Amino acid sequence: MIRLEKRPQPSQVWTVMTPVLAVFLTMIVGGIMFAMLDTPPLEAIRIIFWDPLFNTQFASFTRPQLLVKAGPLILIAIGLSIGFKAGIWNIGAEGQYIMGAIFGAGAGLAFYPSESWLIFPFMIIAGAFGGFLWAMIPAILRTAFRTNEILVSLMLVYVAEAMLASVSQGLLRNPEGLGFPGSRNLSQWDASANREIIAGSGMHWGVLTAFIAVIFAYVLMTRHIQGFNVRLTGEAPRAARFAGVIPARIVIFCLGLSGVLAGMAGLFEVAGPAGQISIDFNSGYGFTAIIVAFLGRLHPVGILLAGLLMALTYIGGELAQLMLGVPGASIQLFQGMLLFFLLATDVFINFRLRIGRTEVA
Amino acid sequence: MDDILLSLSGLTKAYPGVVANDDVSFDIGRGEVHALLGENGAGKSTLVKMIYGLVKPDTGTMTLNGAGYTPAEPRAARAAGVAMVFQHFSLFDALTVAENIALGMENPPKPRDLARQIREVSENYGLPLDPDRVVGTLSAGERQRVEIIRCLLQNPQLLIMDEPTSVLTPQEVEILFQTLRQLSAEGTAILYISHKLEEIRALCDNATILRLGKKVATCIPRETTAREMAEMMVGSSFNAPEARARDLGDVALEVRGLSLPAPGAFGTPLRDISFTVRQGEVLGLGGVAGNGQDELLAALSGEQRSPAAMIRMHDVEIGALGPTARRDKGLLTGPEERLGHAAAPDMSLTENAVLTAARREGLLSRGFVNWGRAQGFAEKVIEAFDVRTPGPGTAARALSGGNLQKYVIGREILQRPEVLIVNQPTWGVDAAAAAAIRQALLDLAAKGAAIVVISQDLDELIEISDRFGALNEGRLSAIKPVQGLTIDEIGLMMGGAHDMEVAHA
Repeated sequence: MIRLEKRPQPSQVWTVMTPVLAVFLTMIVGGIMFAMLDTPPLEAIRIIFWDPLFNTQFASFTRPQLLVKAGPLILIAIGLSIGFKAGIWNIGAEGQYIMGAIFGAGAGLAFYPSESWLIFPFMIIAGAFGGFLWAMIPAILRTAFRTNEILVSLMLVYVAEAMLASVSQGLLRNPEGLGFPGSRNLSQWDASANREIIAGSGMHWGVLTAFIAVIFAYVLMTRHIQGFNVRLTGEAPRAARFAGVIPARIVIFCLGLSGVLAGMAGLFEVAGPAGQISIDFNSGYGFTAIIVAFLGRLHPVGILLAGLLMALTYIGGELAQLMLGVPGASIQLFQGMLLFFLLATDVFINFRLRIGRTEVA
Repeated sequence: MDDILLSLSGLTKAYPGVVANDDVSFDIGRGEVHALLGENGAGKSTLVKMIYGLVKPDTGTMTLNGAGYTPAEPRAARAAGVAMVFQHFSLFDALTVAENIALGMENPPKPRDLARQIREVSENYGLPLDPDRVVGTLSAGERQRVEIIRCLLQNPQLLIMDEPTSVLTPQEVEILFQTLRQLSAEGTAILYISHKLEEIRALCDNATILRLGKKVATCIPRETTAREMAEMMVGSSFNAPEARARDLGDVALEVRGLSLPAPGAFGTPLRDISFTVRQGEVLGLGGVAGNGQDELLAALSGEQRSPAAMIRMHDVEIGALGPTARRDKGLLTGPEERLGHAAAPDMSLTENAVLTAARREGLLSRGFVNWGRAQGFAEKVIEAFDVRTPGPGTAARALSGGNLQKYVIGREILQRPEVLIVNQPTWGVDAAAAAAIRQALLDLAAKGAAIVVISQDLDELIEISDRFGALNEGRLSAIKPVQGLTIDEIGLMMGGAHDMEVAHA
């Protein structure tokens, strides 16, 4: 008989090992899925995990893409992870991401065609403010009226999408765009462009910000009393109140911070890789970041690695669609499996597997 | 008692790093009331868990009624006639007594039949209980009756009781003992776990004493003094707290007309509570659980704020301050619930030191936690209060209840409080550790701190308090000096909050 036995303490080894095991299981089950789709499984796995990094033909193109895709995922996931640690479930990072992009782009376009170097920093601040503002709605509703932040933040994503559609056809539409929806191209306007810091590396300002956010979050969560209070609130809310933590402040802090980071991610995206505000410039980073946050065990370094891994499956998935003709849904399924196996293997952190009979010998 | 019901032989259970039970053997006769005694961590819980099928022994055998007994799970144990009443109740507050009992049964009868059965059992055994009452409205003693009746409906041959009297008033204890004696007379064996040695002397036929997982002695409690039993338990003599004659200083804490609404559906409102505590004084507050103890502690700790003037410390109004500001002023508290309130279960002892000691012990600099100093403070607490743990990196939930209690009380005491308020400081703590905690409280008072001890253990309150008051439905009785107080007076102060009538007569 197989039994689970509760560990006296969470296992350090398994905390690190479960993501590795989850990736491994995903490869196996994903491989079976590809086989059922009449695709050679080993080749599919190789194209997804290996070719984007090391294929001699196109790795020089896909490798920078890795950072371009991982940057916003990491930046958003870092913000989310801090809230998740406190038991504050911001599911609406996608909305904050969109609002950051709209605010940031709007702030920049207001000065078009100025060439001041101040415009880009101003846009970053405006983008952060937009995300912050959008996150404050669920935060204030929760602290004042005890609404559920999961529902409110999620619903606000759809509001943000509607606003995005509206501004790209109205307020921010490119006056020289022949009536097509979408704003001026920010990446082609020197003052607003989010450029690569090192040409050809994919390393734009948003990626740098994401790396800084990783370090910031690490220091905050392990060294600072505010990070301690955040963890305490998540682990034992009553003990947190006993310690003197004011729950409302933690809610505002966590949602505010994740809003700021998501908003910045939106601005960096719209001023760089996406280039312009358009109806569908957002590519679901705000939702995928939730997976990244959990895949990374809500730990900053874990999120850094998870973001890179997730970006890899995106790029590899596109490659697989291109080269093997597998359907796009199978790639999403593949990513879903990753989260599923991660959550499933999580059990080993707090439990150990015992195989044997329960009766007395 | 030549008729043996349950026989344990050579039971051994080892966990990584610790042998919880080492070759334990003893017999329980039919109808015998058998006491299981031992310090925290002596292996009592593991032993009864093996009997109840929650834990599987590594080696050793059990025989029930002469046949091999190897319960794979509690259901098998119950089917074999073994029932258990846990120290912590597992009841749903929002359901009625009958619904709660039905939930714990394999094949619950129809609600109407069940209600009748509950009434029958409760009358037969002198445990007054209305099957239609909502559990949230019951006192701790009544909740325990629900658990006992749930067991009795299964007609057990052996009833295991884990520290049943820790939450009861003296009157409720007396009712319980009559029930247990009646059960015993009818042939039901009882395995009785308690730290209260006088109770064991009053109730039990035999006692088995465990120390560090081994059976170290057996005795007949009626013929053994409490002190002798305690010494067998700890293996060395312990100090009863010293009597003291102290000079009292100024009024340190003053509560004036404190009234607060109930915090939730099952909370108790505080009604016009007033008292003062002087420097060097210990004020004991008794009362049956659920009469405002938690609410009073929350109001004093600052978790629940009140109008500023209702609470004063050294004549400064502090009612509107939060816990951090009160700690800065030297008012520290120790809540009753160790896991989840006084300590975060999954955090290490070092992290739990930061929980309350961050500012007073200088563990912060510009908001950054100095983890080295935090660990140093945690080690200091572990050392000073003899907390048995591998080290300060251990998660709080990995400690046994008594050890964690020593840690959280020690954490507050070592912060040199000017006013210390503790709720149930020795609940579930073994005799030696309880004596150490009480002594530490008295030492602190001797250094001039004002101390409020909220407890349901009357002996404890009488032993360490200078003055005594009782909480009853959120009100505080008159406060009287402990000297010369009789048990009847105390009962009167605790006031007929709950039905104390015994249906035996």
